[in-house]
Amino acid sequence: MNVKTQEEKGYWVVKLEGRLDISNSSQFEQDCMNWIEQGQRKFILDLAALEYISSAGLRSILAATKKLKAQNGSLALCSLSGLVEEVVTVSGFDNILQVFPDLDQAMKEE
Amino acid sequence: MDTVERTFVASLDTIPAMIEFVSSTAETFGVHPKRVMHLELAVEEATANICSYAYEIPPGEVTIKISREPELFRIELIDSGVPFDPMAMETPDLKAELESRQVGGLGVFLIRRMLDDVHYSRSAGQNILSLAVRYGEK
Repeated sequence: MNVKTQEEKGYWVVKLEGRLDISNSSQFEQDCMNWIEQGQRKFILDLAALEYISSAGLRSILAATKKLKAQNGSLALCSLSGLVEEVVTVSGFDNILQVFPDLDQAMKEE
Repeated sequence: MDTVERTFVASLDTIPAMIEFVSSTAETFGVHPKRVMHLELAVEEATANICSYAYEIPPGEVTIKISREPELFRIELIDSGVPFDPMAMETPDLKAELESRQVGGLGVFLIRRMLDDVHYSRSAGQNILSLAVRYGEK
């Protein structure tokens, strides 16, 4: 999986490309913890180029979200499609995470 | 009916190879790409459980048997580990708030939701997890 990050309008936009699965989710979780440690608090995970996510991937996103909430931060997802959208919806994660259709919508929120 | 089978070391490192074996065979047998993605997810979730829980002294082995039935594309995951029925795991509380949300059992839940036929049996000291999808998109 490729990960690209940039600061935009006060948000930490993380663009994931490829697959977030059992082989790389621990590393991704660690990356999130590092960014939080560096002071980032308003995460947007842009999933436009993410084609696959498993429960391991959801676990890592959940862990990052809990850590952010504990630090008065936030995490939102945007641009879900295909299997990723199906997994997030079926698992009910769209009830506990903010999900937006695109990055512009995600950056309109607090 | 066509069948192929392959045996793998039951470790997290071999999960990509197990996924690839199933997805490439599914494509060859004419399964719709959307269902192939469902199968990949199911294989990851099921083999992750086997690799994590089945063998008291890991690693053991897992055999994947693939069958092209007339109506269903079926895979069986067979291991000789301790009795482990993934279907007996609790369904996660999908409505739980963030603070109380656990992720245990989510993999099995996804397997059951994404596929058309899922069942577990134990026979001759082996766990047999049978997963199947129809060939078309739905």
